[in-house]
Amino acid sequence: MIVQAIFFYLFACICVGSAFMVIASRNPVHSVLFLILAFVNAAGLFVLMGAEFLAMILIVVYVGAVAVLFLFVVMMLDVDFAELRQGFFQYLPFGMVIGGIFLAELVLVVGAWTLGSNLPLESPIPAHITNTEVIGLVLYTRYVYFFELSGIVLLVAMIGAIVLTLQHRVRVRRQKISSQVSRSRATAIEVRTVRPGQGLEGNA
Amino acid sequence: MDFFTTYVWPVIVIAAESLLLLVVLLVAIAYVLYADRKIWAAVQMRRGPNVVGPWGLFQSFADLLKFVLKEPVIPAGANKGVFLLAPLVSCVLALAAWAVIPVNVGWVIANINVGILYIFAISSLGVYGIIMAGWASNSKYPFLAALRSAAQMVSYEVSIGFVIITVLLVAGSLNLSQIVEAQNGKYGLFSWYWLPLLPMFVIFYVSALAETNRPPFDLVEAESELVAGFMVEYGSTPYMMFMLGEYVAISTMCAMATILFLGGWLPPAPFAPFTWVPGVVWFVLKALFMFFLFAMAKAIVPRYRYDQLMRLGWKVFLPLSLAMVVIVAAVLQFGLPFGLLAPQGG
Repeated sequence: MIVQAIFFYLFACICVGSAFMVIASRNPVHSVLFLILAFVNAAGLFVLMGAEFLAMILIVVYVGAVAVLFLFVVMMLDVDFAELRQGFFQYLPFGMVIGGIFLAELVLVVGAWTLGSNLPLESPIPAHITNTEVIGLVLYTRYVYFFELSGIVLLVAMIGAIVLTLQHRVRVRRQKISSQVSRSRATAIEVRTVRPGQGLEGNA
Repeated sequence: MDFFTTYVWPVIVIAAESLLLLVVLLVAIAYVLYADRKIWAAVQMRRGPNVVGPWGLFQSFADLLKFVLKEPVIPAGANKGVFLLAPLVSCVLALAAWAVIPVNVGWVIANINVGILYIFAISSLGVYGIIMAGWASNSKYPFLAALRSAAQMVSYEVSIGFVIITVLLVAGSLNLSQIVEAQNGKYGLFSWYWLPLLPMFVIFYVSALAETNRPPFDLVEAESELVAGFMVEYGSTPYMMFMLGEYVAISTMCAMATILFLGGWLPPAPFAPFTWVPGVVWFVLKALFMFFLFAMAKAIVPRYRYDQLMRLGWKVFLPLSLAMVVIVAAVLQFGLPFGLLAPQGG
């Protein structure tokens, strides 16, 4: 048990530390890299709890895809740090209110969860079923409407992003892949024998 | 004593196993590199490396010494920490994937239940090495190459993900050893997944070429456009680590193709002379066959244009693999007509 505890505190400390560094570091690219470190350590915490499927999905989705896009955007921004820091004290009370509300909510949620965790599970999970199967079993039966609904939300977001960025500009030359591929030797080149001193016109 | 047997001893065993795997893998990589150059040379009717050692067999070790003995140069404008972290990230991540790859029955360091997801996650992290290198170099060409390569790797990961999902559906497990066992049918070589899932095997092969930045998709280091890609500013040991990471990633992809489609350590026919050969030999032979395909693609196929590469990934492979996921799931649930395959769904 003591080894699990050591690893828990290791992952948890690095996670909290790197989460702090996300907001504390001066360089935005470093912030994103610390964010990635926080994600990876959160995945480590999931593994310790026996939720290996969630851990891997966290890494694939957040670290492998979302954070890459973050990094893309942040690297291409030209951030002026002096300007960023100007409004710090002006926005401080506002930020503190939001942070306070968030903290209060977290305390409430964690408090309620501690109460609820004493209740027995409805049916104990058999030991030989892996947790991927367990997630599949509840996701497609009991929570199927929520699952489908979240799928629809994502679909709407995707269509929204396409609608916002798609522009049909006129007078833009586009490739027609089918016509490029269907070009044959006859339509592409013409072979002529050129006599010396006469040029192409001489032997047409 | 109890503490020793439950915690210390397993750690020692795992460390010894990891070290053994690392040494074997690195020596194998040295000869894979040599094989790559020899095959490439043979296709172009050259001799290839033939000076260091008999038939040039020690060429890779000479190259290693050359890289290690050179002075690492860090550009003045570079972000030093990230610049040095990038090759480490790409090398360590590539090596970490080998922890879950089973080369024989039970010959695996970590037989975890989500092995295939682990490899997928690790290989999707490989892109960070490239982005970090491109950005930290603080120079135009590396940055352009890094953006290009990141877009390429993220695009082809999507189709690799769908290929993996199809195999999972058929095998019914995320554990790599169980995926291999699921291919153990009475037809030997013809019950491995390369035949029933042939389109996915082709998609996986091409996507693996793109994911590891191999020719014909080596736009990262398209020397006519981008000098030498994201590693322009690198030299000596850091450069060697990128190179090592790249070849380890290639060998991982070969091992993945072996496990998912070529039946891992299973013999090609389930009777006597073939079953006498140890499984690890079959595994290595199959992985080498996959690597031969990689090397031949490098030698005989011209480089793609960047927009063609993106089109292939998003407009051809993505719809194709998505359709195959649906078709395979339907076949597993409802069976094939004429009694070819009974429904498997529970």
